[in-house]
Amino acid sequence: MTRSFTLTRRAALAGFAGALAAPGIKPSMAQAAPIKVGVLHSLSGTMAISETALRDTVLMMVEHQNSKGGLLGRRLEAVVVDPASNWPLFAEKARELLQVHRVDVTFGCWTSVSRKSVLPVFEELNGMLFYPVQYEGEEESKNIFYTGAAPNQQAIPAVEYLMSDDGGGAKRIALLGTDYVYPRTTNRILRGFLNSKGIGNADIMEEYTPFGHSDWQGIVARVKRFASEGKKTAIVSTINGDANVPFYRELGNQGIKAEDIPCVAFSVGEEELAGIDTRPLVGHLAAWNYFMSVQSPANTEFLNLWRAYIKNPRRVTNDPMEATYTGFNMWAQAVTQARTTAVDAVRPAVIGQKFAAPAGYTEEMLPNHHLSKPVMIGEIQADGQFNIVWKTPNAVPAENWSQFIPENANRRRG
Amino acid sequence: MKRILLLLLLLALALPARAQDAMIEALPGLGGGFGAQATAVERLGALGDPRALPVLRALADGRLLRGADGGLLIREGDQLLDAATGAAVPRPEAEPARININNRVRVALRGALGRLQIVSPDPAERLAAAEGVFRMRSAENLPLLEAALTREAVPRIRERLELALGASRLASEDLEAKRAGIAALGASASPEARAVLLEARAANAALLPEIEAAVAAIDRRLQLRQAAETLFQGLSLGSVLLLAALGLAVTFGVMGVINMAHGEFVMLGAYTTVVVQDLTRDIPWLAPWSLPLAVPAAFLVTALIGAAMERGLIRHLYGRPLETLLLTFGVGMMIQQAVRLTFGAQNREVISPAWMQGTLMLPGDIAVTQNRLWILAFSLVVLALVVAAIRFTRFGLEMRAVTQRRAIASSMGIRTGRVDALTFAFGSGIAGIAGVALSQIDNVSPNLGTGYIIDSFLVVVFGGVGSLAGTLIGAFSLGIINKVLEPWAGAVLAKVFVLVAVMIFIQRRPRGLFPQKGRAAEA
Repeated sequence: MTRSFTLTRRAALAGFAGALAAPGIKPSMAQAAPIKVGVLHSLSGTMAISETALRDTVLMMVEHQNSKGGLLGRRLEAVVVDPASNWPLFAEKARELLQVHRVDVTFGCWTSVSRKSVLPVFEELNGMLFYPVQYEGEEESKNIFYTGAAPNQQAIPAVEYLMSDDGGGAKRIALLGTDYVYPRTTNRILRGFLNSKGIGNADIMEEYTPFGHSDWQGIVARVKRFASEGKKTAIVSTINGDANVPFYRELGNQGIKAEDIPCVAFSVGEEELAGIDTRPLVGHLAAWNYFMSVQSPANTEFLNLWRAYIKNPRRVTNDPMEATYTGFNMWAQAVTQARTTAVDAVRPAVIGQKFAAPAGYTEEMLPNHHLSKPVMIGEIQADGQFNIVWKTPNAVPAENWSQFIPENANRRRG
Repeated sequence: MKRILLLLLLLALALPARAQDAMIEALPGLGGGFGAQATAVERLGALGDPRALPVLRALADGRLLRGADGGLLIREGDQLLDAATGAAVPRPEAEPARININNRVRVALRGALGRLQIVSPDPAERLAAAEGVFRMRSAENLPLLEAALTREAVPRIRERLELALGASRLASEDLEAKRAGIAALGASASPEARAVLLEARAANAALLPEIEAAVAAIDRRLQLRQAAETLFQGLSLGSVLLLAALGLAVTFGVMGVINMAHGEFVMLGAYTTVVVQDLTRDIPWLAPWSLPLAVPAAFLVTALIGAAMERGLIRHLYGRPLETLLLTFGVGMMIQQAVRLTFGAQNREVISPAWMQGTLMLPGDIAVTQNRLWILAFSLVVLALVVAAIRFTRFGLEMRAVTQRRAIASSMGIRTGRVDALTFAFGSGIAGIAGVALSQIDNVSPNLGTGYIIDSFLVVVFGGVGSLAGTLIGAFSLGIINKVLEPWAGAVLAKVFVLVAVMIFIQRRPRGLFPQKGRAAEA
């Protein structure tokens, strides 16, 4: 009780201070100190393939917001740092953003290991991080808003689809992943889910490879062998980063067709496919909450904004970019509503924010700091885009504590 | 185009009205949901009406469109055809929507197209048709397959047709036919046939012993094949290691320079490939040769940088290995950052020529991927060239003389400084060549080299410093050991095991597999 009282009082004070200061700075937005937006994405190393586009998205949003007159009459200023796909460096850079640059909000991280690395920093220094990527769940921090999918919004529906008639009726699943926390936790949840659906451990294969792995011939050959047991087999890939390029090349070279062994990926989107010849991959799948091919007015607006900013017709949009865009807009709405950028005042205002996302649904920030999002499954097309073959009728609320992990039983009840 | 139309018209006239009705009735299903599409495709395949072929092909290629009135249209070049009649129709005002399919429809299409194309004059289409019909596993295809087998002359297609026939017989009601089917499937070495047999277990409890025996027979053949494939994978990994290590075998092995920037030379070679491909992209007659062209280009670029590095820096530090290590490490980081600044941190796309894509089937159905096969051959050619250069050229002779007895070589009139520079340039150039090959199987990024530097040192030390034969044997044995261990231990642990094994080996034999003998070794 005391705690929430302090919070409100601090928020009220901040709001009061803002109200006092506001008339003074109104004449020129440039005169007021800018609102600082931290960008914490790897611009080099193995994750650069995925994260560079997210930096571009935040920069685009900052520019766009400034063209609309900034926020609270103040200009926005992006502070970009490069943690270089180096997990301990993420923590150092986060500290630099919060202590040296004193950013008001940060957009950043892709891999869960990087998020786990910065989490204690954001909690210690009471920062605010918007994390835009689907992840394994099992986490909730008051300093982080998770705008990507929880497992029940991506992994589980995707596997359910593979097991359905439309998805081919898979009875055997090969779980291939990069060796770190996200794939291992996701696969633990998926194993629990598959077991609950009557798929035994004998019909599940699980393999991990290091980041940046390039020699996939043995593993792909083993998957082929695993698939010759007379049961429909599918691959569930939690392979992250640029290891996907040689992986998909090997799938194509060894002639694994989507009709025989479909592969559904959780970390491969339009951006990752941009460097691959997708003709041999037609029909392989990805599960996300947004695809560039979604037809919705909000997506048209998003795409126009992106194309005008990036000025390169070949650059694509993808799910984590959409999650960044949605998160940024929710933060901006919350700041406007709270009339301050103070973390403690903005935090309660973010919860409950609604935004008509490019995915074509109105998404809402839930009290568990996760979004309600639609789930979509797309098949890779010859042009590197996705053809949406399945989606949920409504936005699905996130369950960040999975019911398929036994230890969560108490937490879920409590 | 006109000929197809004419053919369609003739067929429409010749066919009885009922068959035509059945086809027309099935067509609208193609524009429905995925379930309806799959059913319609199966019906069209079962009808065996050749007029359905262009429609199904259009559906498979994404050229089947839905008009504003719901009618189906085929896009043929810049023309629109009515799917039911095949007649050209004027372009409607509203752009017709493309009809999308999913994997379920694709599976149905493969079967239906297989039934219709099994009489195709094109052997590639017939092979695909045999595969498609094989996967249908339907007794209805028996007459079709029997007829196709009497006509077929190409052995590879015959083989697939026999399998398809076996699978269809197994799906029939007749016990004798089932037995014949099991025998046909069991005579193959095909994992797909194995899957068909295992799948049939539930429905054929009476034939269980026969099925088990057939699966066991396939397994015996597959085991041999798997051993051959694992061997190839090991050789392939070995060839990558060999390529990466060869340059180091010269700079470290022969000259004794601990060159931590070696990986960066490999990376520079890969980037040279990117540049050469960018330059030749718009020259049609040159573009297919961009990869062979990149080999000398990469050699020159990295050799020049290597020579500059040796003359400018390394020569001042001969005999001081620790300082050399730190210096080259620093230079490596500078090269990495320079490339990052020039080309960007993102991976660069390298185009694989068509002859490096796909799988090659060796006798006994051993599948080897083309790109790996080329790299294996390439690594051996490069090794042969290096050996030849060291053994049979004047430069090689001087190089050996200088590394063995510098003072005496110098007093015989050899300009040792020049030889040092050339040797280092030579080793760096080979690393560059390796980069060209590695760009085909790995991501071209500024970090490319860091992944190979440890492996390269491992190979050279394991094989025996200064011995090219050791480098060769070391690379291939490490590659094969790694690939044999991988299925048991997983990719991560297999590498750990190899490292531990090499550590123990080096403890026992510090000079590697092929230790240098004689005075050179003591120098």
